[in-house]
Amino acid sequence: MTTSTTAAPSSTPAVPAEVVTHTPVQDVALPGGAGTLALVTLENGQDHTRPTTFGPRGIAELAATVARLRERAEAGEIQAVAITGKPFVFAVGADLSGIPYVVERRQATEFASAGHAAFAAIMDLPVPTFAFVNGAAMGGGVELALACDHRSISAGVAAFALPETFLGLLPGWGGCYLLPNLIGPANALKVIVENPLSQNRMLTAKEVAALGIADVLLEPADFLEDSLRWAGGVVSGTTSGQRPEVARDEAVWDSACDSARKIVLAKSAGRATGALRAVELVRAARTATREEAFTAEDEALGDLTMSDELRAGLYAFDLVQKRAKRPAGAPDPSLARPVTKVGIVGAGLMASQLALLFARRLGVPVVLTDLDEARVAKGVDSVHAEIQGLLTKGRLSPDKASFLTRLVTGSTSKDGFADADFVIEAAFEEMSVKRQVFAEVEAVVSAECVLASNTSSLSITEMASALQHPERVVGLHFFNPVAVMPLVEVIPGEHTDDSALATAFATGRALGKTTIRVKDSASFVVNRLLGRFMGEFSRMVDEGTPVTTADRAVSGLAPMPPFVLLGVVGPTIALHNSETLNRAFGDRFHVSPSLRRLVEAGKRGYYLMDDGRPVPDPEVLAMAERPENPVELTVGQARERILEVLAEEVGLLLSEGVVATPMDIDLAMITGAGFQFWNGGLCPLLDREGASERVVGRRFLPPGVASVPAG
Amino acid sequence: MPRALQDVVFVDGVRTPFGRAGEKGMYAQTRADDLVIKCIRELLRRHPELPKERVEEVAIAATTQIGDQGLTLGRLAGLLSGLPATTPGYSIDRMCAGAMTAVTNVASSIGFGAIDVAIAGGVEHMGRHPMGEGIDPNPRIVAERIVDESALVMGKTAENLHDRFPHITKDRCDAYAVTSQHRLAAAYAAGKVQPDLVPVATRHVERGWGLATVDEPPRPGTTLEELGALKTPFRPHGNVTAGNAAGLNDGATACLLASQTAATELGLPVGMRLVSYGFVGVEPEVMGIGPVPATEKALRQAGLTIDDIGLLELNEAFAVQVIAFLDHFGIADDDERVNPWGGAIATGHPLASSGVRLMTQLARHFEEHPDVRYGLTAMCIGIGMGGCVLWENPHHADYGKES
Repeated sequence: MTTSTTAAPSSTPAVPAEVVTHTPVQDVALPGGAGTLALVTLENGQDHTRPTTFGPRGIAELAATVARLRERAEAGEIQAVAITGKPFVFAVGADLSGIPYVVERRQATEFASAGHAAFAAIMDLPVPTFAFVNGAAMGGGVELALACDHRSISAGVAAFALPETFLGLLPGWGGCYLLPNLIGPANALKVIVENPLSQNRMLTAKEVAALGIADVLLEPADFLEDSLRWAGGVVSGTTSGQRPEVARDEAVWDSACDSARKIVLAKSAGRATGALRAVELVRAARTATREEAFTAEDEALGDLTMSDELRAGLYAFDLVQKRAKRPAGAPDPSLARPVTKVGIVGAGLMASQLALLFARRLGVPVVLTDLDEARVAKGVDSVHAEIQGLLTKGRLSPDKASFLTRLVTGSTSKDGFADADFVIEAAFEEMSVKRQVFAEVEAVVSAECVLASNTSSLSITEMASALQHPERVVGLHFFNPVAVMPLVEVIPGEHTDDSALATAFATGRALGKTTIRVKDSASFVVNRLLGRFMGEFSRMVDEGTPVTTADRAVSGLAPMPPFVLLGVVGPTIALHNSETLNRAFGDRFHVSPSLRRLVEAGKRGYYLMDDGRPVPDPEVLAMAERPENPVELTVGQARERILEVLAEEVGLLLSEGVVATPMDIDLAMITGAGFQFWNGGLCPLLDREGASERVVGRRFLPPGVASVPAG
Repeated sequence: MPRALQDVVFVDGVRTPFGRAGEKGMYAQTRADDLVIKCIRELLRRHPELPKERVEEVAIAATTQIGDQGLTLGRLAGLLSGLPATTPGYSIDRMCAGAMTAVTNVASSIGFGAIDVAIAGGVEHMGRHPMGEGIDPNPRIVAERIVDESALVMGKTAENLHDRFPHITKDRCDAYAVTSQHRLAAAYAAGKVQPDLVPVATRHVERGWGLATVDEPPRPGTTLEELGALKTPFRPHGNVTAGNAAGLNDGATACLLASQTAATELGLPVGMRLVSYGFVGVEPEVMGIGPVPATEKALRQAGLTIDDIGLLELNEAFAVQVIAFLDHFGIADDDERVNPWGGAIATGHPLASSGVRLMTQLARHFEEHPDVRYGLTAMCIGIGMGGCVLWENPHHADYGKES
């Protein structure tokens, strides 16, 4: 566990030191003789790379500052209060780094209610209050702004969100109460629930103003001066502080909450408890008093903080935010060689996707090769068409599109690779083909050129064995669709040297991908685990468990039901993957006869789309196995079995040293297979439901790392 | 190709409140470029009648053109102020007369007909960029005695001026300084200065954000006794003190200039009309005398004499150089026509920015004095120069007629 970025609280209970947000105050003369405004700055003394957050000490300082402002307001010394942030940051909410160390519910509710008390004190100030949202505002930062009477926002603000439900929490410093009462329940729920559950979407400043969250949108160049001018107008009454009334009709309010609830259930199979509770708090916000609402938020935060789902969510967030940036086992980045030209063997769908990614991200010439002119032309044309599409959508400027178009060329000859530093093959998934391709490439390129393979299952060592320079060969396994999936598995072969490996990691990073080091072994990590998952799912169905039962058993585990996923991946590839795994590891990887028949029949999947809804294809149903002695499992039995085989496979991956730690498995499943934050990817789920202890005899992660530690 | 010259008018000018340089100053952690950007933004805000794309030049002066005063400041300040990419810009350095030179440069471009509307200004953040930062004087200056070493230290050149004009005593200088402080205080009290100050949000990591709305350097209660007790840092038992000289300051200015034709077309107000200007070099050891020949040149070019000038805005780098100018032209030390709102001794002198402050104030004096037809702005310049710009009052009955 020494490589863990998340310390285990049971062994090292030291809570990380709080980076305290201070609240210095300066008096400002409001323009137009409107009086004196006390301007509060949220400042943690660090630059924008360490955004301002609120921990217990910061909240205490804020509360003390507000108490002092209250005295001054009552004494008539100040006529208004405004809060703004340090450059580029307003505030990004509660400091969550202490949550793994919370062992008692009381600790969570106390912190929650301390924040509530400070924000309520701002709301209760006897003078008008303003938030000047100058920069990034998230979570508690947004709620602090909501606690003020009026808000301005800089057009330069790129990140404004209530992302709590994305992590498994909810906006618990007034957000679930104040926002719906400001902009109505439907829009509030978009911000509180829908956006976080849609890849954690942020609002632009323009949207914040359009939604009515901010009263005025001002240009960044003199945002603070303009905000003060505007505040002066509001205080003196020359500028209206009025905003439209929120419709409070019960039926309308409830129906907004009902449809948000449906969205949450659809997106999370009911496992996003934070989001579900947020919806109910918004529902109650129509009639609740502030005290009732804030207390309800405190209680919800207490419950959620003490839930394993939240701890797993924070663990997953930490993996994606921190571990993904420092891949475990990567060599010294300074060993990486520059990549100034890229060759791609193959001009099929995968190759074209890679070509566009390399051209866009690296800005270097990319040469595609394939066996005949027609395939080359088709590959290059498809990349050029993609670029044209981006131009049409305004995502690229004409100059940039022209640049990228000229970067991507194709040829039937590999001569164009002569001055490439990096050649990646995306040829047919067959060892003899790959070896031949690399031999041909080696005949053209320099001795230092890195040869990468996008193989999903084959041995890198074997692929490199006949080459003059096997030390330059490395696996670089991308996931489909390449532009969307963040993961790249980096696989060194037996002879791969550190420089080639460092180049592979650096290239992966330059392409904007999360890289994970994986040992050269059949199907690496993600496809092996997905293969085991899909195989066992198919085995249960083939043995007699109805698909609907099996689907319920695995709900909330993968981003979609397995047979839907089958259609996305493609039955041919899924079958190929299961056969490869079966060859490598034997019968624990099931090759489904039904799937084979489905592929032979040329079917594209298990389902047909009927009016936008997937319904099982009757022809496919007819191909299903008819076991002599059907075994029909219950949902509970099926879930237990699936989790246990996954626990077994994770145990094997770790004992075989395919990856260094469980954290790498989780990071891989989150970024490569879309596994869920609230399960921490996979290992925390297996620990939580006891599968790891039953099968492997131990937890994968110590208690507290991705779960609530014992008190 | 025959071509007609265009008349050039000063439309409007603004400045930031000036700050005291150094760690305790209000702009200690505020960027220099941001100061001048606030001025440009204010000009654009005040003149919605001016389409931004009509601004055809941005000339910004700074003496020390490094860091946040570098990188072709005029161009970047334009972009950062929201002017379109088509508006060009450049940087200027003529030491203390930077902004004045920015004005005469773009005015000449307008006069020639190359452009019609321009922004000129200056900035000096002497806290972030102390005078002489990063300089590398050519060793020939000393080896060949091109100039006396004292020429590079402005306070010493002021002491040298006392040697040349022994009748200008320290007491006279101190008395002049007290008047400057009192006049500024009176102008503030009457609310004359504030309208042309741009409020600036001041960044400070410990103190938080603040808003600068008034000058920081003035010491309105200054007395002769206090000034008499100050040290003379440039010469033992000398004459020049922190009290009878401008301080080390942070601040920025900007103004809008246009051809008379464009001003009429766009409906831009006319604050002053440019009559003539002159820059003249003098011995660098006595740079403070520079405004005298510069003014004589500008007057000569305009066919005017000092008697035609009803208002004077003189930069007060040092009391001694202002008095030397006044003596030369036979004007009393406390003449009401000179610096009616006090001068740099009170407001401060952020080197390259000061020229436009003089012009902005002269335009306001013109409004108050329609009886005055001509006024001048003049200043001494380091390394031995002087600059003078003559202006005509558009509120005068004879404005636009042959003089």
